Amino acid sequence: MANTIRVRAVSSGEVTEVQALVQHPMDSGFVKDAQGNLIPPHHIEVVEFQHAGKTVFTALWGPAVAKDPYVKFSFKGAQKGDDISVSWADNKGESDSLVAKIL
Amino acid sequence: MLRVITVVIAVLTVAGERPAAAADAINPDADFKAFRDYYTKRFANVPLNDFVNGPYSMDADLRKQWQAIDDFPPYDFAVDRGKDMFATPFKNGKTYGGCFPNKGIGIRQNYPYFDEKTGEVITLELALNRCREANGEASYSYVKDEMASLTAYMAFTSRGKPFDIKIPNDPRALAAYQNGEKYFYSRRGQLNFSCASCHVQSAGEHIRTEVLAPALGILAAMPIYRSEWGGMGTISRRFVTCNSQVRGVPLEPQDENYRDVEYYLSYMANGLPISGPGARP
Amino acid sequence: MPTQIRPDRMRRLILKSAIAGLVSGFGIGWWPKVARAADAAQWPKDPFTQKSEADAIKALYGKEAEASDKVKLDAPEIAENGAVVPISVSSTLPDVTSIAVMVTENPFPLAASYKIPPGTLGMVSNRLKMAKTSKVVALVESNGKIYSATKEVKVTVGGCGG
Repeated sequence: MANTIRVRAVSSGEVTEVQALVQHPMDSGFVKDAQGNLIPPHHIEVVEFQHAGKTVFTALWGPAVAKDPYVKFSFKGAQKGDDISVSWADNKGESDSLVAKIL
Repeated sequence: MLRVITVVIAVLTVAGERPAAAADAINPDADFKAFRDYYTKRFANVPLNDFVNGPYSMDADLRKQWQAIDDFPPYDFAVDRGKDMFATPFKNGKTYGGCFPNKGIGIRQNYPYFDEKTGEVITLELALNRCREANGEASYSYVKDEMASLTAYMAFTSRGKPFDIKIPNDPRALAAYQNGEKYFYSRRGQLNFSCASCHVQSAGEHIRTEVLAPALGILAAMPIYRSEWGGMGTISRRFVTCNSQVRGVPLEPQDENYRDVEYYLSYMANGLPISGPGARP
Repeated sequence: MPTQIRPDRMRRLILKSAIAGLVSGFGIGWWPKVARAADAAQWPKDPFTQKSEADAIKALYGKEAEASDKVKLDAPEIAENGAVVPISVSSTLPDVTSIAVMVTENPFPLAASYKIPPGTLGMVSNRLKMAKTSKVVALVESNGKIYSATKEVKVTVGGCGG
């Protein structure tokens, strides 16, 4: 089964730029289905990025983040070849995680 | 033979004008030139290969938003899934690669083609389902999900390769091409639009927030992740929904008319690079 | 953020990993040495359920924001599609500890909030859903004070949707 997370982390000098794309419906709870019933909210609430055992970025998301959400940020202190771990948890108790190499 | 006809008609035609319909001969080469000239003259500032980026070749602000999304695009998941599907054998042990030249890699730009044995236009989507059926598997829906993943992967392996659509010297192929052309220019639906109404006459103009893509190279970015759909859709999906949007009754996916119009549009895009899979509004 | 995992939780995670491993065969990626760190319990329900921009800022930061040209908000004039609007926030302010983004006309204005630990730059790019034409507000927390930048993004219905 394929992971729901794609990460591209590239180190340049002392800064590592991290891009992450997550496959998730991010249902806001405001949209109706074909029968006219509201589709209940189902969205990621927390995304955590860790490097060398330390959290380097935390995203707290509401339903207004787009479907198949994307985020980009940059941090210092990592180098090429290091691991970066990404994990998410949503409002229905679902979660996923991935470890990727910094390029 | 086709070249002779072209030369003859070119000589007989007033320079710069489209050959008169009075000529019975179907003339794809002359059509091609006229089609291309229309767009390159009207959008003189757009580099030829940029037409495959549809609305983004027409509007700078939209282009900026598209580039932000295309930097790490949502269709990546579909490409990954397509790659996995290609690597996974059918129940009988065979794979998709076995149904296609070069194992299905880097060949998307050759579709559709005219099959002289069966006398029909074969699109990539049709070929994929026929591959499944030939190997004892159930066919997929033509409009999204697995079909979109497969065609996304195949388009991805062909990125940058120029369309190379052939019309063999066969009256049935020429008839299919002409039927596609006719479909493209025929009005339909309550809104009484033809494909050309939007994509030829109004290319580059706004339809509410969106900008109409030029028909030149319009299939190069397929399949697409549309923000509107919140997911992937194939050529079949787009043809069906376009018909619905002009308040017409859509045909079944892969209907002969759809395949013929795909043939026509792809031939018109010859030489332009595959840009798929694509992200669109 | 604690790096210690409680033993019972670790046991459950290992079990889950093992089962997932068996079920998925050869998946992409592998289970991290630091186990699932995203914890939904961190999610601050209060600011995310406020219905006005002012209430959301108050619930999130407890203080008001002052407009600053040191906060840069990059957002389109006209969104190509309200469902996916790419925006970027960056800042030249020192010691940024958090960034938040609001879409004032959305049912819940607070769209996203980001925690920026030391060593992480004060910038973020994201894609948002906008219900209609609205101001987008970027908030940056620097040395305990909140600074903002605002931009209006027009959102209409696309013509080709369906």
